[in-house]
Amino acid sequence: MTSARPSLAVWKFSSCDGCQLTLLDCEDELLDVAGALDIAYFLEASRATVDGPYDLSLVEGSITTPDDVERIREVRRSSRRLVTIGACATSGGIQALRNFADVREFAAIVYAQPEFVVTLDTSTAIADHVPVDFELRGCPIDKFQLLDVISAYLLGREPNVPAHSVCVECKLRGNVCVTVAHGIPCLGPVTHAGCGALCPTYDRGCYGCFGPMESPNTASLTERLRELSMPDDDIVCMFRTFNAYAESFRRAGEDIAGRTSRATVPPYPARPEERHDAQASRESHDEGRRSGARGG
Amino acid sequence: MLLDVEGLGQLIRVLGERGLQVIGPTVVDRAVVYDEIDSADDLPVGWTDEQDGGHYRLHRRDDEARFGYVVGPHSWKRFLFPPRTVLWRAERGDGTFRLIDDRADISRYAFFGVRSCELHAMAIQDRVFLDCDEPDRTYRERRDAAFVVAVNCGEPGGTCFCVSMDTGPQATEGYDLLITELLDSDRHDFLVESGSDAGVEVLAALSGRAVDDDARRAAAEVIEVAVESMGRSLETAGLQQLLEENPEHPRWDHVAERCLACTNCTLVCPTCFCSAVEDTTDVSGGLATRERRWDSCFTMDFSYLHGGSVRSTTRARYRQWMTHKLATWIDQFGSSGCVGCGRCITWCPVGIDITEEAAAIRADVLPTAEKVEVI
Ligand code: SF4
Ligand code: SF4
Ligand code: SF4
Repeated sequence: MTSARPSLAVWKFSSCDGCQLTLLDCEDELLDVAGALDIAYFLEASRATVDGPYDLSLVEGSITTPDDVERIREVRRSSRRLVTIGACATSGGIQALRNFADVREFAAIVYAQPEFVVTLDTSTAIADHVPVDFELRGCPIDKFQLLDVISAYLLGREPNVPAHSVCVECKLRGNVCVTVAHGIPCLGPVTHAGCGALCPTYDRGCYGCFGPMESPNTASLTERLRELSMPDDDIVCMFRTFNAYAESFRRAGEDIAGRTSRATVPPYPARPEERHDAQASRESHDEGRRSGARGG
Repeated sequence: MLLDVEGLGQLIRVLGERGLQVIGPTVVDRAVVYDEIDSADDLPVGWTDEQDGGHYRLHRRDDEARFGYVVGPHSWKRFLFPPRTVLWRAERGDGTFRLIDDRADISRYAFFGVRSCELHAMAIQDRVFLDCDEPDRTYRERRDAAFVVAVNCGEPGGTCFCVSMDTGPQATEGYDLLITELLDSDRHDFLVESGSDAGVEVLAALSGRAVDDDARRAAAEVIEVAVESMGRSLETAGLQQLLEENPEHPRWDHVAERCLACTNCTLVCPTCFCSAVEDTTDVSGGLATRERRWDSCFTMDFSYLHGGSVRSTTRARYRQWMTHKLATWIDQFGSSGCVGCGRCITWCPVGIDITEEAAAIRADVLPTAEKVEVI
């Protein structure tokens, strides 16, 4: 029985561990997961590790160091199916704010001896470096979506992770729209569903934790936010949070700010064919073809 | 029959006593939504709504009107065609597949405060869900069990255009009871008429006064005033042909620049009926669930066929929605798909206005040579 179970590995790059914790948070379902998969590598849960290759790898975190660039290739090589989880892994995360500034200046302010800090100028998504089979969004990811992705993998079906807007979830829940009824700025119309419209349910605008939806019209929403008397600087800040470097959110901020980010390409070009696949997978995400579910 | 304010409360009680779950307008999160109501106190007493493209606000009235607002973000389809419906669940045994019989009792609703446009919307959804080879069972059961208390509109909202669509403001059929609120400095009454045997029965259980000429005159005036105060209008003459002949009109590009493809317009629309089917399984693979949930022609997955979305641009999606609603719906179901309730205008986050879009195409029709057939 044990040998027949597919093996699972969970990897961490630059991240806060919140998405891995979502897996541990599954509580009731965790035993089912452990029953269906052989948890071979998951340092957050156990120091005991089994060598690869692994059938399913979940990758958390973004690429921020030269070492990361090498390690993610190792992970890719040892993984049959690679699923990235969370905003860091799918768009570079909040730490991608460095992409709009000078990371050495930051390091000089934060660390007593910044010369010991080896870091890249940018924080980039996993798919910018290696082919990715499926991207699960969110900061953090949603537990039920994670379980669905795992269940879907185990049964060979497609995950139910629609790329439409958060507004759909608002309307399914019967929420009163905070923008229309209360004049509250909300990123819901350009944001990928998945959270169940958590913030609008509690009378807050959407913060865009799940990144861009399938066909984000950020220019139109920007006009609307201006109408709601939001200053341009604040609109830029709204787009530049956990998914600041996701293609369409990055461009939205740049269009308003009238300047481009300092670094626009990942610092270490991946191997040509990988680069191609990664780009295709990311573009398809923004265009909203079903999120890369068909293998890389 | 004429009821006073007390009598209105009695009506809600009587409906409850008949085993019906009374759903009516009530204020939640500073908007009028449809939810369970226990008494007349749950109604939006003394509230009115201000509505415009992408704009909705509640304001205090200077009277205690019970129906002094129009429709909000919810519609009755939420109850007849719920956002999510489990179609079936099944368990896997040792080489077996067993359907789980967990169908709940039929929900028996009394819809309280249904507007004329909404009665028309229900009639449209009846045609969609029931006049077909495979009538929808959930819809059928809930619809058959429902008791409908309609209310005539006295003060249309800023985005209403039922007069253009010939769907209001006066309810003409499709109700069990019909209320007209009569409110001025001298009186606060509710003229109640029955429209079915069930309605007659409920009326008989109420204690009210006989309708006098004065009340009749006041009720007629309510409608006259309402007809004159529509917030919007839509020219429907030749509209079907106009839209069908203008699939390449530059206005579609104009609207596509503004449209967010967020789906709000379709999900608030009381006639939109599209759904997706989702299959889920648990991690062990022992339990499978098939669920139907609201979908929209504005999502990419909606038109996803082998190889991609048929309508990949927002232009194509908006055009599909509006042309279906106002034109091809007529061929498909025998009436327009729009009842002029104004929800899609109010609840569009960027205030796109279906009446304005139609008017813009009419105002600037392309020369015939430039018209292209949609493929
Ligand atoms: S509150 Fe935000 S997410 Fe919800 S419907 Fe309105 S704009 Fe969309
Ligand atoms: S198209 Fe708009 S105005 Fe017409 S019925 Fe639907 S929501 Fe109401
Ligand atoms: S018309 Fe408005 S509500 Fe409808 S999809 Fe476009 S932006 Fe959203």
